[in-house]
Amino acid sequence: MTASFDAADILDEAKRIIAAGESPPRVARDAVNMPMVRNWLEAMGDDNPVYERDGLAPPAMTQVWTMRGLRPAPDPHDPLAAMSAVLDAAGFTSVVATNCEQTYHRYLREGERVAVRSKLVDITGPKRTALGEGWFFTTESTWYVGAEPVATMLFRILKYKPAPRAALRPVVSPDTEYFWAGTVKGELRIWRCEECGALRHPPGPSCPRCGAMRPGYVVAAGTGTVYSYVVHHHPPVPGHKAPFVVALVELREGVRVMGELLDCDPAEARIGAPVRVDFVRVDATLALPAWRLS
Amino acid sequence: MSVAIVGIGATEFSKDSGRSELKLAVEAVRAALADAGLAPSDVDGLVTFTMDTSTEIAVARELGVPELTYFGQVGYGGGAACGIVQQAVLAVDAGLADVVVCYRALNERSGRRFGQVSHALAGAPTSSGVDAGWHYPMGLATPAAMVAMVAQRYLHEYGGSTEDFGRVAVASRRHAATNPHAWFHKRPITLADHQASRWISEPLRLLDCCQESDGAVALVVTSLDRARDLRQPPAVVAATAQGSGPDQYVMTSYYRDDVAGLPEMGVVARQLWRRSGYAPDDVRVAVLYDHFTPYVLMQLEALGFCPRGEAGRFLADGAIEPGGRLVLNPHGGQLGEAYIHGVNGIAEAVRQVRGTAVNQVPDLGPVLVTAGTGVPTSALILCGV
Repeated sequence: MTASFDAADILDEAKRIIAAGESPPRVARDAVNMPMVRNWLEAMGDDNPVYERDGLAPPAMTQVWTMRGLRPAPDPHDPLAAMSAVLDAAGFTSVVATNCEQTYHRYLREGERVAVRSKLVDITGPKRTALGEGWFFTTESTWYVGAEPVATMLFRILKYKPAPRAALRPVVSPDTEYFWAGTVKGELRIWRCEECGALRHPPGPSCPRCGAMRPGYVVAAGTGTVYSYVVHHHPPVPGHKAPFVVALVELREGVRVMGELLDCDPAEARIGAPVRVDFVRVDATLALPAWRLS
Repeated sequence: MSVAIVGIGATEFSKDSGRSELKLAVEAVRAALADAGLAPSDVDGLVTFTMDTSTEIAVARELGVPELTYFGQVGYGGGAACGIVQQAVLAVDAGLADVVVCYRALNERSGRRFGQVSHALAGAPTSSGVDAGWHYPMGLATPAAMVAMVAQRYLHEYGGSTEDFGRVAVASRRHAATNPHAWFHKRPITLADHQASRWISEPLRLLDCCQESDGAVALVVTSLDRARDLRQPPAVVAATAQGSGPDQYVMTSYYRDDVAGLPEMGVVARQLWRRSGYAPDDVRVAVLYDHFTPYVLMQLEALGFCPRGEAGRFLADGAIEPGGRLVLNPHGGQLGEAYIHGVNGIAEAVRQVRGTAVNQVPDLGPVLVTAGTGVPTSALILCGV
């Protein structure tokens, strides 16, 4: 979205849609009819005999009469679609219905033909929710037979920007916890054998060179060069926004360490590029090693 | 004692099998036994992958196999494909079992999709889970991305272009186009299609990645003595081998000197040629594991079909295409036929030895099959009697 399309713009658009008031009547495809009533009762498991006996439709079925079929054409007058389009354009692309409250004024009778009119009545936002930042808005729909209102519905949805999922957390063992304790402090620690001095990454409990079980560590200078890299596009990876660059970096000390190459235009990534370490703080107990082009 | 594959069976290959992985396994095993002319009561051994969700005893129960004297599972994903046959051969050769069935059944498209980020793998309370911690949180979290890291280094060290990768896909899809069992039957692609397909993880495109499939394949293994009385001509197992390389990881062996290659396949190759007595020049048909195209190039090098860094040139003159000097994956491979974790490739090798393949190579000699790459792996060579 463009930076100019901010909360004030969303509210302006909402005011315009609210001011337009109730949409023109959209007439039901069919009149209230008993075959459709029977299908609905059967699907719902409702065996109340009153509908068949008196030629009535169940009130909870009201919305069914004005449903627009499996392949509905866009309705330029629908305030729900209009408001959703505004929020889509502003990046609030996901949707969840939160409330639906229906009020029935009377039973519908066989042969009556209903029409529905809708208006936008309320919008609030932006709100922080568990799903992500979003806007709640409410439409009110009224079903009429002629000029007589027979049912109303308040329908509330949340349009939101899905929050990026948090990065995957590493499994930490007693052999590797020194590394993750270091990244939280802003240190890139390299495993070192306290017996023979060998450096190694990734680490383990034993020295593959001399066999000693005396692991220690040194703090890396934090500079190196890109040994290889990928530009990741699909599928989504939690904690990273595609496309992103992941680089295998050979540190000055000689070991290789993996990390995201931050704020890097994919076209600028190349093998041999000098980088320095940075740390992406996930929370108080976890920071991930990452790189920036020097 | 000589040991042979005497029966092959498979389900259809699809994107949504509509049934359990156990049911797929049982269908494939029954089909393989029927192909061999054997009954479930003849079976006394079952082998599968550690990744298979149907245990040997679950399959035995459904088949009505009364007793098993040998059962086993081989690890490291698709690296197990030929390892399961090695287990069966060893069991028969050692007299631990007479008839061993190898199987792999998976709903890899409609169920658990390996190409997605696996939270289970990333969070496993095992040494593999700890290994994953050096890659998954940093964003390298899918098989395609893990292969792309090696492929990028390969291009850097040896030159060449992603068109070299594309030629593998083109050849596989050309073979699949004439295989009625292949998902991509009658749907060949061009190099231009490959180059135009979307990026997955650069330098890998969509058409560098194998498909996702539902299905199952089973193989019946027994002694050559017993095979002579059975329905099908035996495919003799001339050699099998497993291998892992220096500083080996599952898909992320980025910390050893040799990153732009497959040293574990080199370990396998040395054993295979030595045990079988064959050399690369003897092989006219190879079923090379093709979950991602760059590793096919690196396999050609590790197996000795061409020198290091030369696979691109080896491919460029049509060597792996129908009628070429080394016909590669004549069933269409996992890029074209189906992704049954490499076991469908062993079934194809059996058909080539029998002379019943849809894209049969005449006068073919020994057939080489490899298993998953980037992981501890395996391979085998089949030949006629």
